[in-house]
Amino acid sequence: MSAYLLRRFLYAFPILLGVNCLTFALFFLVNSPDDMARMQLGQKRVTPEAIEQWKRERGYDKPLFYNGEASGWGRFTETIFFEKSLRLFLFDFGSSDAGRDIGYDIAQRMWPSLAIAVPVLLVGLLVNLSFALFLVLFRGTYIDLGGVVLLVALLSISSLFYIIGGQYLLGKLLRLAPISGYDTGLHAWKFLVLPVIVGVLSGIGSGTRLYRTFFLEEAAKDYVRTARAKGLSERLVLFRHILGNALIPILTGVVVVLPLLFLGSLLTESFFGIPGLGSYTLDAINNQDFAIVRAMVFLGSVLYILGLVLTDLSYVLVDPRVRLH
Amino acid sequence: MPVFFLTDLLLFALLALALGFGFYAATQEHLRAPWRSVLRSRIGAVSLVVLSAYGCIGLLDSIHFHPKLPQQGATTGPSYSPEILSLLDLWLTPLRTQQEKTYSAPFATHLYAKEQIRLPDGRTVRDYPRLRFGGAHLEDPATQKAGDIARRSAFGLLQAFGVWGGLVALLLGWQARCRGYKQALSWLFGDPPRRAALLTLGLLLALGFVVAALAPYYHVFGTDKVGEDVLYQGLKSIRTGLVIGTLTTLIMLPLAVLLGILAGYFRGLADDLIQYLYTTLNSVPSVLLIAAAVLMLQVYMNNHAEAFTSLAERADLRLFFLCLILGITSWTGLCRLLRGETLKLREMDFVQAAQALGVGPLTLLGRHILPNVLHIVLISVVLDFSGLVLAEAVLSYINIGVDPSMNSWGNMINSARLELAREPIVWWSLSCAFLLMFLLVLFANLFADVVRDALDPRLRGARP
Repeated sequence: MSAYLLRRFLYAFPILLGVNCLTFALFFLVNSPDDMARMQLGQKRVTPEAIEQWKRERGYDKPLFYNGEASGWGRFTETIFFEKSLRLFLFDFGSSDAGRDIGYDIAQRMWPSLAIAVPVLLVGLLVNLSFALFLVLFRGTYIDLGGVVLLVALLSISSLFYIIGGQYLLGKLLRLAPISGYDTGLHAWKFLVLPVIVGVLSGIGSGTRLYRTFFLEEAAKDYVRTARAKGLSERLVLFRHILGNALIPILTGVVVVLPLLFLGSLLTESFFGIPGLGSYTLDAINNQDFAIVRAMVFLGSVLYILGLVLTDLSYVLVDPRVRLH
Repeated sequence: MPVFFLTDLLLFALLALALGFGFYAATQEHLRAPWRSVLRSRIGAVSLVVLSAYGCIGLLDSIHFHPKLPQQGATTGPSYSPEILSLLDLWLTPLRTQQEKTYSAPFATHLYAKEQIRLPDGRTVRDYPRLRFGGAHLEDPATQKAGDIARRSAFGLLQAFGVWGGLVALLLGWQARCRGYKQALSWLFGDPPRRAALLTLGLLLALGFVVAALAPYYHVFGTDKVGEDVLYQGLKSIRTGLVIGTLTTLIMLPLAVLLGILAGYFRGLADDLIQYLYTTLNSVPSVLLIAAAVLMLQVYMNNHAEAFTSLAERADLRLFFLCLILGITSWTGLCRLLRGETLKLREMDFVQAAQALGVGPLTLLGRHILPNVLHIVLISVVLDFSGLVLAEAVLSYINIGVDPSMNSWGNMINSARLELAREPIVWWSLSCAFLLMFLLVLFANLFADVVRDALDPRLRGARP
């Protein structure tokens, strides 16, 4: 087991290196730092001095890969590739193009993101599971058919409309919750109600449909028929046999996304004005702050790989047939 | 003078590909069978009709040209306007040109906002002014409007019924020639999927003709902030949605298929490299990768502004790159599926037999492996479509989607979102985008389910 984990973490290294090279190519090879400086400072009438200064302040004035002017290891370390890309491996994100410390911002903004993402995940899981079980209980009837049609319809609505509709209906018409904003500490709960409801609603379509197919796949297996044949009641078969076994793919599917919860949701956070990592990323995109986008890309890949490792581990925990070597 | 945008050409290439495959499949029984079962299902037939309607609008909007200007004086040869129009624009000319001053509600005859109006006797009052085009033919809107709308709608319905009846009669006559009148009638209406498709077609025609009868005289979905007709924007957005939904998968398809099959068939080093490639791409959260790539594209385009002859061309190139970027983030799933399937196939007896007989790897991949994984490719193309249409709206909303000057549902939502705070609220832009997008995505989802059930050999026969 520990050998497996070690191997997985070693395998993560080349992947992260690949991600780094990709973002590096995107940010520094497609466009030179000069292009970025010109974009930031305004297109026309930029003096070369201003560009030089912009680059020097942000450390973009060094050579890309090889610094001939430095000596010793400095030839490789005093380059953009080392300072801007390889340093990310130490989780040293440096400072944003606007001059703020990215690592500090991320640590601060992680909590509001989690405050939304975790309730959405848990409540959503509960709602989707119950709805899917309900449909499976009535499988083959008009209730099932109507439920599936409803799910496909829910699935076909853009998440933008869920947010706009939720804000308008619950926030503006019924005045049940504040439309947007955030507060520190425990006072934040009333700002969280609306985003969580909207997040759960927008996930019902795809989530319930997926879980329903898991349940139906399980229900078609031989052991379920055996259970019924020996005279177990339909409810017992559903809750003890089908639910238990169908939980394996459901749980592992949830575990994959667990680390990514930290990143928050771009849309939800920006619509509801929540100062999480999602809105942080969105602001960076809109302000064209490349350092932040680069840091978030790296962080996202790390969390994704972590999610994959956790999934493998969770298989071992919930499914006794699986052994990792 | 015709103009060819990159996405136009690709769209028509895709159409040709689809038609070519269709004709080829029609001659091969094993390829025809699953598609026949798609058409045998009521949902499949209905969604195909609706999707074709969207497709026709999208294709009409993909034939671009510079309109000819009226001959002026003794200039030699015809002169062309710098403006680029499509066939759809030409057809929707009244919608395109009848621009109001600012917001107006659907079917309104008066502007949304009050203005100073100078009366004939010299006094000025603050009131809602009449619209320049919406209901301008009415003397007294308050009393005449309802009757006028009803009359025009009835006329549209009548037209639609005429066209539909003609179509039905044509089909009946065609069938009656070979099997008799009574048989033809039951062929047409006794068969559930055919009946459902005909009824859907009738509904669509009715909707289309009623809107066509009303649109030149009223703004059916109101006007937006600068007074442009919202229905026109919504219809123009169809092409953007279709381009994103189809070209994205088309662009990356060759790469995904090639790499997936190669990895599965050759294993070893090739497999490791290809797996590494797609794991790396997959591990970057797709929104961030798209954001990074689009940001870089913006910088590039701003620094090479002189390379584009027109704004429309620039917007089109951005659309193409968006498809490319979306494709890069979404091909990994297909590649992995194909690799797994090829791994399974290469151990099958028929592949082993071909190998033993000395068939070269290229022939083997092309003749024995590729046809057997084709259903996975088709299923994933159809399944991805609706997700991509939805993704376009979200990406355009966060400003990393299509060009802001291009008509798209995302841009419509983006500009209409803030107007919900107005009193009385401006709801029509949002509902137009919602309605058109919802219908497209809904029927694409339904169609995808039917196609998957028909094509997936594991599901075939599993359902009644």
